[in-house]
Amino acid sequence: MDEMLREYLPILIFLALATGLALILILAAALIAVRNPDPEKVSAYECGFNAFDDARMKFDVRFYLVSILFIIFDLEVAFLFPWAVAFGSLSDVAFWSMMVFLGVLTVGFAYEWKKGALEWA
Amino acid sequence: MTAFAFTFYLFGVTAVIAGLMVVLARNPVHSVLWLILAFISSAGLFVLMGAEFVAMLLMIVYVGAVAVLFLFVVMMLDIDFAELKEDLLRHKLLGFLIGGVILGQLGFGFATWRTADAAGGLRMAPIEPGVTNTHALGMLLYDKYLLLFQVSGLVLLVAMIGAILLTIRHRRDVKRQDVLAQMYRDPAQAMELKDVKPGQGL
Repeated sequence: MDEMLREYLPILIFLALATGLALILILAAALIAVRNPDPEKVSAYECGFNAFDDARMKFDVRFYLVSILFIIFDLEVAFLFPWAVAFGSLSDVAFWSMMVFLGVLTVGFAYEWKKGALEWA
Repeated sequence: MTAFAFTFYLFGVTAVIAGLMVVLARNPVHSVLWLILAFISSAGLFVLMGAEFVAMLLMIVYVGAVAVLFLFVVMMLDIDFAELKEDLLRHKLLGFLIGGVILGQLGFGFATWRTADAAGGLRMAPIEPGVTNTHALGMLLYDKYLLLFQVSGLVLLVAMIGAILLTIRHRRDVKRQDVLAQMYRDPAQAMELKDVKPGQGL
């Protein structure tokens, strides 16, 4: 247990360093940077977006479909990990249950492909 | 204070503060970002408990995918949240009432909380040396909890089909690439020469 946690120590140190560096950069930008905005500087240049505007706008629902499909296959892969780690000592039932699981999701994948959900436009 | 206790309190306090900020943040996008921080600190707590696989799952599934989905939903809703907040303030009394009821239910739940006699001993039971957390999960999940595992696969299938049915919309006015038609195209038949006699059409 302690040994396992010791293996995670570099990650903790890395996390602390990353947080510290991010704070330093943000504070440095707030403290040192020269800032004197005027209306011309903050307005949109030629045909750009307005610099200070609501970012919330309606966008295509297909982005949502892509991310939902991503999550589903993400979960499928997550289920594969413990199965692969314990593969050597698995029972036959466990092996075939994963095969059935993959089969069910492959049916979904075939449906998705046939339906053209993977195609943009 | 040991390093273990220090890390525990660091992640615990971060998780609680981030959870509070999810509720208190004015901008819903900021709420989602605080939620991600809460997920990450809970993943740290899971690692401290020795549940490595759950911690990594929290990072991959929740931080990597679910938080993105939340951001999508927040961005997709074209709602003026300031107006919504004002509307919420008008129903303050009702909100407090519902919050009070939920708090009362939690209180009742904890008041009647009873643990089995063997639970304390089981919790203290050491993990078998040489068996990692992920390995132990793998030994249980696919065999002992076969039905739940298969049902989760079916839930994923239903989610996939539902998402496709709800959101798919094919545009008829777009030209799509047909790979097979391109590959089977015969250059010899792509062009035809016709000898047109003067004064006559084709």
